[in-house]
Amino acid sequence: MGNHSDGSPNHSGTVATAGQNEVEKFQDPGIPPHRLRLADTDPKAAKRAERQVALLFGSSVVGTLIFLVAYFAIDLGDDTSIATIRLQNALLGIGTAFAMLGIGTGIVHWAKALMPDHEVSEERHAIRTEEDRLAAVRIVDDIVEETGIKRRPLIRNTLLGAVALAPLPALAVFGDLGPRPDNTLAHTMWAPQDGKLKRLTRDPDGTPIKASDVTIGSAFHVIPEGLNELHEGKLNEKAKAVVLLMRLNPESLNPSPGRENWGYNGIVAYSKICTHVGCPVALYEQQTHHLLCPCHQSTFDLTQECKVIFGPASRPLPQLPIAVDSEGYLVATSDFNEPVGPSYWERDEHERNRNA
Amino acid sequence: MKALSQKRRHPLAAIALLLMGLLVTGGLYAVASTVNQAKATTSTNANDAEEGGKLFAANCATCHGMGASGSQAGPSLVGVGAAAVDFQVGTGRMPMQMNGPQAYKKPAQFNEEQTRQLAAYVASLGPGPSIPEAGLLDEKGDAAAGGELFRTNCAMCHNAAAAGGALTRGKFAPALAGVSGQHIYEAMVTGPQNMPVFSDANISPEGKRDIITFLKQIEANGSPGGADLGALGPVSEGLFIWIAGLGVIIAFTIWLTSRTS
Amino acid sequence: MSATATPDAPAFVAKTKGGRITNFVDERVGGSGILREFGRKVFPDHWSFMFGEVALYSFVILLLSGTFLTFFFDPSMAETRYAGSYMPLKNVEMSVAYSSSLNISFDVRGGLFMRQVHHWSALLFVASVSVHMLRVFFTGAFRKPREMNWVVGGVLLILSMAAGFTGYSLPDDLLSGNGLRIIDGVIKSIPVIGTYISFFLFGGEFPGTAIIGRLYMLHILLVPALILLMIVMHLFMVVVHKHTQYPGPGRNDGNVVGYPLGPVYAAKAGGFFFIVFGVIALMAGFFTINPIWNYGPYDPSPVSAGTQPDWYIGFVDGALRLMPGIIGDWKVEQIWFGHVFTFNVLLPALVPAGIIFTVLFTYPWIERWITKDNREHHVLDRPRNAPTRTAIGMAGFVWYCVMWAAAGSDLIATHFHVSLNDVTYWLRALFFIGPVIAFVVTKRIALALQRKDREIALHGRETGRIVRLPHGEFIEVHAPLDEYKRYKLVGFESPSPLPAEPNANGVVDSKEKRRAKLSQWFFEDRVAPATPAELAAAHGHHGEHEAIESGENQKTLSH
Repeated sequence: MGNHSDGSPNHSGTVATAGQNEVEKFQDPGIPPHRLRLADTDPKAAKRAERQVALLFGSSVVGTLIFLVAYFAIDLGDDTSIATIRLQNALLGIGTAFAMLGIGTGIVHWAKALMPDHEVSEERHAIRTEEDRLAAVRIVDDIVEETGIKRRPLIRNTLLGAVALAPLPALAVFGDLGPRPDNTLAHTMWAPQDGKLKRLTRDPDGTPIKASDVTIGSAFHVIPEGLNELHEGKLNEKAKAVVLLMRLNPESLNPSPGRENWGYNGIVAYSKICTHVGCPVALYEQQTHHLLCPCHQSTFDLTQECKVIFGPASRPLPQLPIAVDSEGYLVATSDFNEPVGPSYWERDEHERNRNA
Repeated sequence: MKALSQKRRHPLAAIALLLMGLLVTGGLYAVASTVNQAKATTSTNANDAEEGGKLFAANCATCHGMGASGSQAGPSLVGVGAAAVDFQVGTGRMPMQMNGPQAYKKPAQFNEEQTRQLAAYVASLGPGPSIPEAGLLDEKGDAAAGGELFRTNCAMCHNAAAAGGALTRGKFAPALAGVSGQHIYEAMVTGPQNMPVFSDANISPEGKRDIITFLKQIEANGSPGGADLGALGPVSEGLFIWIAGLGVIIAFTIWLTSRTS
Repeated sequence: MSATATPDAPAFVAKTKGGRITNFVDERVGGSGILREFGRKVFPDHWSFMFGEVALYSFVILLLSGTFLTFFFDPSMAETRYAGSYMPLKNVEMSVAYSSSLNISFDVRGGLFMRQVHHWSALLFVASVSVHMLRVFFTGAFRKPREMNWVVGGVLLILSMAAGFTGYSLPDDLLSGNGLRIIDGVIKSIPVIGTYISFFLFGGEFPGTAIIGRLYMLHILLVPALILLMIVMHLFMVVVHKHTQYPGPGRNDGNVVGYPLGPVYAAKAGGFFFIVFGVIALMAGFFTINPIWNYGPYDPSPVSAGTQPDWYIGFVDGALRLMPGIIGDWKVEQIWFGHVFTFNVLLPALVPAGIIFTVLFTYPWIERWITKDNREHHVLDRPRNAPTRTAIGMAGFVWYCVMWAAAGSDLIATHFHVSLNDVTYWLRALFFIGPVIAFVVTKRIALALQRKDREIALHGRETGRIVRLPHGEFIEVHAPLDEYKRYKLVGFESPSPLPAEPNANGVVDSKEKRRAKLSQWFFEDRVAPATPAELAAAHGHHGEHEAIESGENQKTLSH
């Protein structure tokens, strides 16, 4: 404080406010006089504070006991009800709270009421003195001189080169954290296997769905046939293959050229994985025919081939071409025609390769 | 609200709920089986249908049209079945208070008998889902299986703990606590408003029974960790730590740094 | 322990056993010197100085409860069927990680309590770090010599968020799994290397079987170790700098006024640890946090309404929600040169967070450059006395809060019965105009408060006592301030704009001109502190000891 007047133009401090200088500033009156507390003057008050502190410490002991009782008296078994767990949790909480708050508030009350409360002032010292700086500079100069690093650039340069290269193995060694990305992202389990078209089955039990099961206004959560039988990578496949199956009035669908046969009597299947960042878009409004992603609210219009009508997604949801097999079950006639889920750097390339 | 939710967690609440459920379903069953010569659950008594027709003409036909054939203001009800009527009227959604994105749940405008009569009338117009049998509402299914079905088919709108969630343009999926098993069942089979239909071919009646069992079980259980903060997830937890958690801490810091008198 | 004196024992021989043990240690570590240096070190006392301690203590509680949890948690993604005691999940297929998290909650006594202690203190940890940084910013405590400690604090904030996020994902429940999926989607949007990073992180395609184990290692080893390292650096610098203090009588840049470490300050700070622990225990005992049993095991097909990250990641999630994917007919996602540029994800995920942290890290240097202020500051600014800085801070805070609110747009919609889409439109607008409004309003409020301070310093406090003067006029009696209280209101700097100065070559370059403009913007609106001359004038005006006022520009209550 009080540096206003040293505002000569080339000084690093700020210039003084116009018309204001040291003479016109209020003088610092210093630390206010110490006020005595009740406990400082009245021995009774001090005694009372002492008892209060002891009481608080005592309540901590009670809290610890509550905790121990709650821990040992309530055992958890297979038949423990939720209410019992809740009771134990609450008792452990209140026990710990008393144990801790008793100690904490007791100490603080002690400090506030009984320990001396005179404010004191301590001088600050320069973080770095000029003397230290000069001494340090001398030492560094000596060290540099003794190593001779300035005189021997060969040593210096080779050392720099070696040190610069040495971390490379530390980077390389993480090369096996994962496989290199290939085009697996562009394929799902829906691709027909050995010429056999995959049936659409219910999530989670995997039973096949007949076209006649799908009434107007209904929504089925669908996984590909055979997914539940996978032993490895089941979740990886499921993460790409989940599909929402809906039926609406065929007149309200407006398939674009080439996609007329991707549905069946108003039954259409779309990837459930949001094209934004991959949440399952599973909220189907059967009257408005909107699909909503609960994570970031991207909204897709089923009547416009799941075009984005709101929210952060940029691309429509991929449609799964479906048909009905000889037994009346719904099948996927092919894999998705594009990679499902969020966009990635190579996505366009993968899509072109798929359709080539 | 709070008192209710606390009572809900009372250890006896489950038993009370179970008793109530049994009484209601038992009562309904008794009524249906004695008054009705027809199927116990559909209550398509000719008398009922006739009375219902009168009620309908007086209260519903303005929007749904004479003969429930629909109008500009409301859809046709031919073929929606008794279940749809029991759900919409029984939860007070119909008659609608005003036009809006969605009909709100409110105190039922018709008593049980009138609701049954309306349902009978609408059911007589064309085949549709009927009111579920009591056996499917006994809450004695497989809660774990129901939980899986619920998470796959319902949680994205209604929230994993059935606390409800938002839909587009002012619509929402309501919370399911306090909704009777019968109404939950009926909602699934009829797909009220923007809810998709979950026909028996999609989720079997046993599956629906499991879902109701799951919902009633988690509702009766309450949260083992204490107050559930609305079961809304990290948002309510974050609000709580900033307002209550930091609030209490700040109160302590102020006490701690204040001077004792 | 035998602490018998060796033949060449020093002159001092302790009398009690405890004293001998102390002496034994002291002779070997030099504790006396440390105690002499720090035992009576002075710390200023103010409630707003306690947030750093809250952060430190919640970190300690995190370490304690976290250690307990590691004894029972198994970070394996192998498939298993649940066999624990929670009925609604009985026999459900799930990962071992999720199953062991459920066991901690339902089958380990006190496990649920520990989980809740851990999670609540995690939320409190990041919250207190944030509030601490806000306090430091708004009081100007980041100025020389504390710029580097401010940066360390910023790193700690990022690390605390990293610790939180890696922990959030560990239970492998539906909520955290979908959170990870969002992260994967964001990573994949990174140009050129995004897909590689995703494959490296997850050990292949999402979700794979590696991620929980990897996050676990980061969560319990790497991140806490870095946090500890940063805390050590942070506290070391606090010791070097000594604590800042609020302006007031007797306090200046050359001293530090407060209570000595021993006993008062140590007692308060030590006791405060137990208080923070107690408050967290209360929350853990009575309020559910992260009810993993509700969400079910991770499965890529389901999702729950209200899927959000913990609060500290919320602003990124909110930014993701606010960004439109299609503007008019223009798709924000673009394909250039056969490659995908996912701007609808990249921009909201990286730009706001990038701006916030860049400004945060560089702000001390920006302000230093504008003000050319190279002095050490140990006395804080009251926020009102640095109106422009306070306004900048509030603008940033409001910007953050808009994104934060956006992360809960669905809950705002359901709880206030408004349309989800409308909430988004409003927040999109506020994203741009909110900070501007906040800046203007805050600056005006700060200046108004400065004026109020000046009024009070010159004319005393309003007492609410109305007096009728002999000639019939009503006035309110103002009680004069004592010199200590007055000094609190007048003892601050009021720097004026620093005009462009020629450099060593006598030229005013364009950079210097820009700086001068910014300096003008930074300091042009200010209310200078009252001066003794003004006080004398104010007193002379009514010539009474009691500051009764009736001047034209002063407040007069007359009814």
